[in-house]
Amino acid sequence: MESKEFKNPVVSWIDHRLPIFSFLDHEANEYPTPKNLNYFWNFGSLAGIALVIMIVTGIALAMSYTAHTDYAFDSVERIMRDVNHGWLIRYIHMNGASFFFIVVFIHIFRGLYYGSYKAPRELLWMLGVLILLLMMATAFMGYVLPWGQMSFWGATVITNLFSAIPLVGENIVTWLWGGFSVDNPTLNRFFALHYLLPFVIVGVVVLHLVALHRFGSNNPLGIDTRGPQDTLPFHPYYTIKDFFGLSVFLTFFAAAVFFVPNMMGHPDNYIPANALQTPAHIVPEWYFLPFYAILRAVPDKLGGVLAMFGAIAVLFVLPWLDRSPIRSARFRPMFKIFFWLLFIDCLVLGYIGAMPAEGVYVLIGRLATIWYFVHFLIILPVLSVVETPRPLPQSISKPIFNAVGGGLAGAMSAPKEKVE
Amino acid sequence: MAKSKSKKGELASEGKSRRDFIVVASYAMGAVGAGAFAWPLIDQMNPAADTLALASIEVDISKIAEGQSITLKWRGKPVFIRHRTAEEIRQANDVDIDGLRDPEGDDARAQKAEYLVVLGVCTHLGCVPLGQKIGEVRGEYDGWFCPCHGSHYDASGRIRKGPAPSNLEVPPYAFLSDNVIRIG
Repeated sequence: MESKEFKNPVVSWIDHRLPIFSFLDHEANEYPTPKNLNYFWNFGSLAGIALVIMIVTGIALAMSYTAHTDYAFDSVERIMRDVNHGWLIRYIHMNGASFFFIVVFIHIFRGLYYGSYKAPRELLWMLGVLILLLMMATAFMGYVLPWGQMSFWGATVITNLFSAIPLVGENIVTWLWGGFSVDNPTLNRFFALHYLLPFVIVGVVVLHLVALHRFGSNNPLGIDTRGPQDTLPFHPYYTIKDFFGLSVFLTFFAAAVFFVPNMMGHPDNYIPANALQTPAHIVPEWYFLPFYAILRAVPDKLGGVLAMFGAIAVLFVLPWLDRSPIRSARFRPMFKIFFWLLFIDCLVLGYIGAMPAEGVYVLIGRLATIWYFVHFLIILPVLSVVETPRPLPQSISKPIFNAVGGGLAGAMSAPKEKVE
Repeated sequence: MAKSKSKKGELASEGKSRRDFIVVASYAMGAVGAGAFAWPLIDQMNPAADTLALASIEVDISKIAEGQSITLKWRGKPVFIRHRTAEEIRQANDVDIDGLRDPEGDDARAQKAEYLVVLGVCTHLGCVPLGQKIGEVRGEYDGWFCPCHGSHYDASGRIRKGPAPSNLEVPPYAFLSDNVIRIG
């Protein structure tokens, strides 16, 4: 990296020895970004900010939380009543988890719609799926910490998923619990891991950003940038846009924290854990509902667990399932229809996950689960072959398709340039 | 052309000052917002309501025999209450106050001469001095002796010898009746 001249002599002195300022200038200031990004590209930075909010409030909460079955519930109530601003910090952390998932889900669907997972961004996408997995593990273990009824029974049900593994399943579950049921050792280790994993996420986010900055952001047209006429420096154009998006996000976030802080929680979790009685209707947090629906859709213990993890696994291999060289759904008329069907399918799965597993819900859940896998495993590979894409624009700075000569040439050449 | 250029220039300068105002106002609002978020995170480390609720205790001192001391826990720290003998009171008053490291008369330290109430925290580095139990070292001035770095306190809890900079602290307390005091 070229060492840059800085006006401030102290900055210059440091940068000559430790090029941190050059690095920041290069990656956060002049960093060339496609000039046609829409508001869906705000959600990456929003997710990063949500992560920071969760870590900062989480550290504050850990200062007053006691990871012991006899004290955990009471220590959370003490945070709510006695610790200065404890109610605010806990509600930010509680709702922050939900908002983090909202932001990340939008971020993922953005990637699906605009083909951001395609070459050369496969690893970027896979690191993102890994972050999602880590988030799910972290959120699950965090939900156990207040040691309410939902905490306890959620922990029991989710850890029991591993008992479906043939031969060693029971041993693994005992190992996870550190005993013969979810108990104090389980709570202790979940607290340790809940504190650890966010920092692992930070590490993977750094890799995610390194991979992102290798080729830069994808864009709504899904074509590569071809030079300075197609890009803007990240600062101030996208910093200000990200800040505007952040202020809108924080407005919704604050509204939830201050007016409906328990909307996305479950009242049963304000009942202390009781190992002798399961709540009548046990559901996971809303962000797990689609996966929960897939788990319940399969009438076989091991099969359900495999299907649930398979729902994430197909995302890992998505870059190789969708072989179409066209990234953006704007130029893929059939893909666009199926994208929205998948989106609706995920909403249906979420709804079914919240409903009791009986009657028509079971049937709908099974159909929606089948559709989820059909979409990734059959429709996407077939579409790559049978779909006729719309002509691509020549470049970002010439977004309008020019039917005369050059435009067509541009459309034809666009897929090729992705090989690079 | 020239006219339009000058007009453009005027607009630009006008726009610049407006923009400066917007930028400064935005930064200011951002700083207020960041501060408003930071304060709860900082303040949560201050004592919580239940901690503050335990910040005062009431003690019945009638059971302390003359010459005996008791140790209580108040705000997480030891409090020494010594029912002093006439000899100890005499010693505590029979001192050249101006010659002390931390000049303070005994009457300024004990509301009732018979009962001395001090924090059992050495003012050097916070150890608990010896001298409460019978048989413990009381130091050269028949008060308390801190084993950590050798500070000697007299029968009024004043520093007489050793590294400690000041006298044992007298906590805020009041006699609710002849037999009961409230500390804190």
